Amino acid sequence: MKTAKSKLKTSRRKSAPAKAKGDKWILRLYVAGQTSRAVAAFKNLKSVCEEQLKGNYRIEVIDLLKKPQLGRDDQILAIPTLVRKLPVPMRRIIGDLSNTERLLVGLDLKKHT
Amino acid sequence: MKKRENLLLRRHGLQKSPTCIQGFDEITGGGLPKGRPTLVCGGAGCGKTLFAIEFLVRGAMQCDEPGAFFSFEETEKELAANVASLGFDLNDLVRRKKIWVEHIHLERVENEQSGEYDLEGLFIRIHHAIESVGAKRVVLDTLESLFSGLPNPLILRAELRRLLNWLKAKNVTTILTAERGEGALTRQGMEEYVSDCVILLDHRVDNQSSIRRMRVVKYRGSTHGTNEYPFLIDQDGFSVLPVTSLGLNYSSSPERISTGIPRLDTMLTGKGYFRCSTVLVSGTAGTGKTSIAAQFVEAACKRGERVLFFTFEESPSQLTRNMRSIGINLEPWVKKGLLQFHASRPTLYGLETHLTTIIKLIEKFEPAIVILDPINAFVAGDNQSDVKAMMLRLVDYLKMKRITAFFTNLTSSGENIEVTDVYISSLIDTWLLLRDIEIGGERNRGLYVLKSRGMAHSNQIREFRLTDHGIELLDVYVGTEGVLTGSARLSQEMKDEAEMASRQQEIARKQIGLKHKREAMEAQIVLLRSEFEADEMEALKAIGIDKERNEHFRHAKEKMAASRKGDVAEKTRVARKTGTRRILP
Repeated sequence: MKTAKSKLKTSRRKSAPAKAKGDKWILRLYVAGQTSRAVAAFKNLKSVCEEQLKGNYRIEVIDLLKKPQLGRDDQILAIPTLVRKLPVPMRRIIGDLSNTERLLVGLDLKKHT
Repeated sequence: MKKRENLLLRRHGLQKSPTCIQGFDEITGGGLPKGRPTLVCGGAGCGKTLFAIEFLVRGAMQCDEPGAFFSFEETEKELAANVASLGFDLNDLVRRKKIWVEHIHLERVENEQSGEYDLEGLFIRIHHAIESVGAKRVVLDTLESLFSGLPNPLILRAELRRLLNWLKAKNVTTILTAERGEGALTRQGMEEYVSDCVILLDHRVDNQSSIRRMRVVKYRGSTHGTNEYPFLIDQDGFSVLPVTSLGLNYSSSPERISTGIPRLDTMLTGKGYFRCSTVLVSGTAGTGKTSIAAQFVEAACKRGERVLFFTFEESPSQLTRNMRSIGINLEPWVKKGLLQFHASRPTLYGLETHLTTIIKLIEKFEPAIVILDPINAFVAGDNQSDVKAMMLRLVDYLKMKRITAFFTNLTSSGENIEVTDVYISSLIDTWLLLRDIEIGGERNRGLYVLKSRGMAHSNQIREFRLTDHGIELLDVYVGTEGVLTGSARLSQEMKDEAEMASRQQEIARKQIGLKHKREAMEAQIVLLRSEFEADEMEALKAIGIDKERNEHFRHAKEKMAASRKGDVAEKTRVARKTGTRRILP
């Protein structure tokens, strides 16, 4: 697996604006190592969130290589998988999130056309 | 074990992972290809999951190879409950880290796709499981569900190929199960990814009874049985019986075993049936076929042999009760463990299943004698050729196992009784025929030996009676009006007795006559003797007178010579001699 140039920290604190009022959106991104696809997914997600949910979201990145048991607990097969934990209902989007249109639909930020 | 593996390796050139499933390792020459994926496909309910899970459980318990089971359809709980019916404690194996069970949940509606993805998540989960229990065997059941759960088949196909290569590189023996598709082995063409071994399971219904069959479609780098083999799923799990691979190379035995009926033994040159032979008793309803079987069973149990009795029409308790009425008590033998009954309705399941059940029970009980009562029960509709094929395989199997087989067959009246419904007469070594003989308003049973290979058997018809102390064979009278049995035979016997008595009287009469004759003769002898004695006396008297006269004459001559003083001695002697000659004769 190729390691991407940009750093991808797998902590919960990263990229959480931590506003008192915020955290309405909790998004969890499952990756397996620092692959280019993982990095791309994170970038794509980040830019969409900044655009649509500025200050109102938190992204958690989970590396299954480090915590393989989470793959079973959260039923992950495809990598990368984005899970919208909040708001309910839970949503899943798989892929590198390069298709912004599909990502928005998947996150319920845009209706199906 | 090591030696056996080496032998297998030399013979098949491929290492195999034993499934420990009864019969399966025999058809595949040792099991599934070790370290490679195997595809198990078939329609719904054909036993794919069961086969796979048994492979894992037996591997963990018997071959010390832990396994990981990935279920795309059933949850861990459901799986454990399903295999508990086969006697496997999956939860315990999971606790002891022998088996890893993981449910993979997939629902298409939950997954929106945006951009490219891969299945690295699945890889990580499999890897994690393998590492956790040290798995040597992996099952993916049913991997095809991915196609309905995830978008973009193109990516999936590429990922599947990568997954299988990855599993191969990990050197784990993998089973993939797949649903059978229209016109192809699997719905998603899984067979193109798995090129090493493909096994097809089938569950079909023939004549309203189901038959399970399996076939090794492909096994790269190994020889394997290519036929369709029937298999069973029962409380002991999966079992395959490669009974079609039998031939005519069994050895025969010169040993003879008693039929349990002394006079029937006599009809078979005094010794009974051959051991390992096939005996058929056929006859119309109520002629006593089962009784002959029971008599044979009792004799065998008395010798200490094990008998397996398959009854297809009566329940064991009914059968033992009925046999008790003719003085055959089978119950003690059942209690002693020498006799085992197995009752099932022929319609309960298909022929193949019957055959596999029979063979399985034989393998378990290891009897010396097997009874099937009756074999025509299998005939339903126009399946005679199937029944014949089944009987052929059974007979071959029994001969190979050196088991004496005893079948009964019901012949419907009006038909040619020397033909069985099952047309297996050519398979039979000793064929006893029971028939009704209707005469004088009575129906009696007759028995004869239609054929008995390898012995100069009797050609006589015997009357056959069921008494309260077993079966009795009696002579029958054969006259111009046919054979005489029952009361006709009795009256014939009485007639014979009367005739005998009158003959006795005649003899006595003749003897008396002879005695009288002898007495008359003796009286006559006495008479003659007395007559003779009288004559003799007379004659002697006359002789005496003559002698005296001679003496007188000599005296007179001597006196005369003395007076003449002549020499007359010579003349006197001659006269004396001639005198004696005249008298004596």
